[in-house]
Amino acid sequence: MASVASTSPAVAEAFDAGRPWRLSPEVTLREEPFGALAYHHGNRRLVFVKSAGLLGVLERLGEYATAGDALTALVAAGERARYERALAALAAGGLIGVG
Amino acid sequence: MSAESGLRDRLEGGLNAPICLTWELTYACNLACTHCLSSSGRRDPDELTTAEALALVDELAAMRVFYVNVGGGEPMIRRDFFDIVEHAVERRVGVKFSTNGTRLDAAAARRLAAMDYLDVQVSIDGADAATSDRVRGAGSYAAARRAMDHLAGAGFAGFKVSVVVTRESVEQLDALEALASGYGAQLRLARLRPSGRGVAVWDALRPTAAQNRRLHAWLVERPHVLTGDSFFHLSPLGAPLEGLNLCGAGRVVCLIDPVGDVYACPFVIHDRFRAGNLRASGFGPLWRESALFSELRAPNSPGACASCGSYDACRGGCLAAKFFTGLEASDPDPECVFGHGERRLATTRVELRPAPSVDHSRAVAVGAPGRLR
Repeated sequence: MASVASTSPAVAEAFDAGRPWRLSPEVTLREEPFGALAYHHGNRRLVFVKSAGLLGVLERLGEYATAGDALTALVAAGERARYERALAALAAGGLIGVG
Repeated sequence: MSAESGLRDRLEGGLNAPICLTWELTYACNLACTHCLSSSGRRDPDELTTAEALALVDELAAMRVFYVNVGGGEPMIRRDFFDIVEHAVERRVGVKFSTNGTRLDAAAARRLAAMDYLDVQVSIDGADAATSDRVRGAGSYAAARRAMDHLAGAGFAGFKVSVVVTRESVEQLDALEALASGYGAQLRLARLRPSGRGVAVWDALRPTAAQNRRLHAWLVERPHVLTGDSFFHLSPLGAPLEGLNLCGAGRVVCLIDPVGDVYACPFVIHDRFRAGNLRASGFGPLWRESALFSELRAPNSPGACASCGSYDACRGGCLAAKFFTGLEASDPDPECVFGHGERRLATTRVELRPAPSVDHSRAVAVGAPGRLR
């Protein structure tokens, strides 16, 4: 659901849904017909956010105490694992960080 | 990554704004490289004013264009160069700018090193002065190396050494990689295209088929070497290369030229691929609604490539390379790895190559630029 299109290395933290993940302040999000594009100005990573649902989660991640709380509120239970994998990919790219 | 075909179909349908765009700040240049894509040399008296350039940055920021590739001409020749790029990074429009390095002294290097969200590419076209200067003119290699020294001296981490792959430079890839890593820099390779003045040297300078095969293998082993998605026409040789592997013209990229004309990509500065001028309407309406970009985003047929099992790997190759060699958009890329393009070229008369419609070359013998200014 999110794929990272860059070769630049990034220091990233392993994803743990019990922690307060936030969109990096260096990221610009832009809605697109397939979902959104996210660009990290610091590490120059470009990410394809391939669903409107994931875009919604990213936009509201900062409103919740933990990423898990955000998923509970915003995503159907059956889809949760898919969203956790997408957030883990974004964490690996440095697009979201613990804040 | 390489985009799976479903995503590529969506990208080919166009985006709300470009992923990135190239902005040539000026046609003025103190070099006269034989392969110049934009046939640069003389400043165009109608180039965007400082106020217009800053307003354009604001519009790009509002559209959330992530970054611009700033080029020319030689962008540092513009007196407001730093005003424009500093305004861009302040508005969070990242800047990747290409320079021949002749104006990049120690003070400029320190100023560039102090900016976030800015990448610098210094161009050479060979690992030694003799090879590079044959393309870029006497003294150009030494000037570029001085600029690299200044950047390294200013602590500019990870600048790029940018090289157009020619029949000569392709034999120096290892030396070029060593040169870049000696500075802590990254090597960036670009395809030689028959665009601008490049059409005159393309037949003589383009890599041979055997060299292109070796280039592909070399790149597959080195995903850290940047290519700007330049070599997707080689992907049918095996593993896909890093990047989106599609023609982004008018779909994910475009070009803004020094006078505000908007073209489909940096390699097709020609009336056929001009969407319009942003002075009349702003950039956004041209990107979203111009007849040209709508045409480029319509589902395209594989044309002559329909029967080839590798169409999904190269999507028929580079629009600009086809156009300027007199081929149709539905033809194979002239450097198709299976030789289909060569066979089409053999039956295409050279007279069919389109005449340039924009040329700012100075009235001097190309390749003999004289003293560097």
